[in-house]
Amino acid sequence: MDQKIPIKDQKDVLLARKAAKEIMQENGFGSAAQTRMATAISELTRNVVKYANEGFCILEKATTSRDIIIRVIVEDNGPGICDIDQAMEDGFTTGNGLGAGLPGARRLVNDFEISSAPGHTKIVMEIRRSLE
Amino acid sequence: MVPILKLQGILLSSIQSDLTDDEALDFQSQLLETLRKTEAKGVIIDITGMDVVDSFMARVINETAKMAQIIGARVFLCGMQPMVALTLVEMGRELIGVHTALNLDKAYEKMQVLIQGDENGSKDSN
Repeated sequence: MDQKIPIKDQKDVLLARKAAKEIMQENGFGSAAQTRMATAISELTRNVVKYANEGFCILEKATTSRDIIIRVIVEDNGPGICDIDQAMEDGFTTGNGLGAGLPGARRLVNDFEISSAPGHTKIVMEIRRSLE
Repeated sequence: MVPILKLQGILLSSIQSDLTDDEALDFQSQLLETLRKTEAKGVIIDITGMDVVDSFMARVINETAKMAQIIGARVFLCGMQPMVALTLVEMGRELIGVHTALNLDKAYEKMQVLIQGDENGSKDSN
């Protein structure tokens, strides 16, 4: 059920997006949730390809008594993010993007946690759906 | 490769599947080059087939539209899936800043009106 998708090039970004949509669809999430998660994954895995060259994307399903949770973990061993607060601000970019990627992704999911140090960046995102 | 067709002075292109970043940039240059060669008055980009428009793709679309406008053509974006629109709005910021239309039909109608206006305007100023 859980999937680990290696992220090495731009094609893998599309693969990760597609896999997330599939797992969400299988678990009864609607198309809005599927699109939100796919878009958030697109932002994060692009950063992996661009800044770290490679990493991976893990898709997990968890169930509590009340919710179904799809958890996505995007991890790499790249240079890391110097200032996470700054990186989460709208419009901040060290590349040539819009600086909308990370803050945008955070707004699309129910839960977003980021940790980063030189040599290791890990982002965990969740979208939940009530079982009732 | 995204096909680009010309119909009565307007370029029509329909992105039928999700593109990688490089494919999106290739499409951008291909579209601008076709615009230059054909001297089209307008460009319609149909994105019905795109399930995901993230900040990069949004930027490519915006920049393509701006570039086309600088060259002297009108641009319409059409066919955005409702869930894509919802996601773009939720992500915040003005990610899409181009003329839009619900579908190809509407985009074509609106484009004709704009182009007519441009032509009348240039006649008036002469």
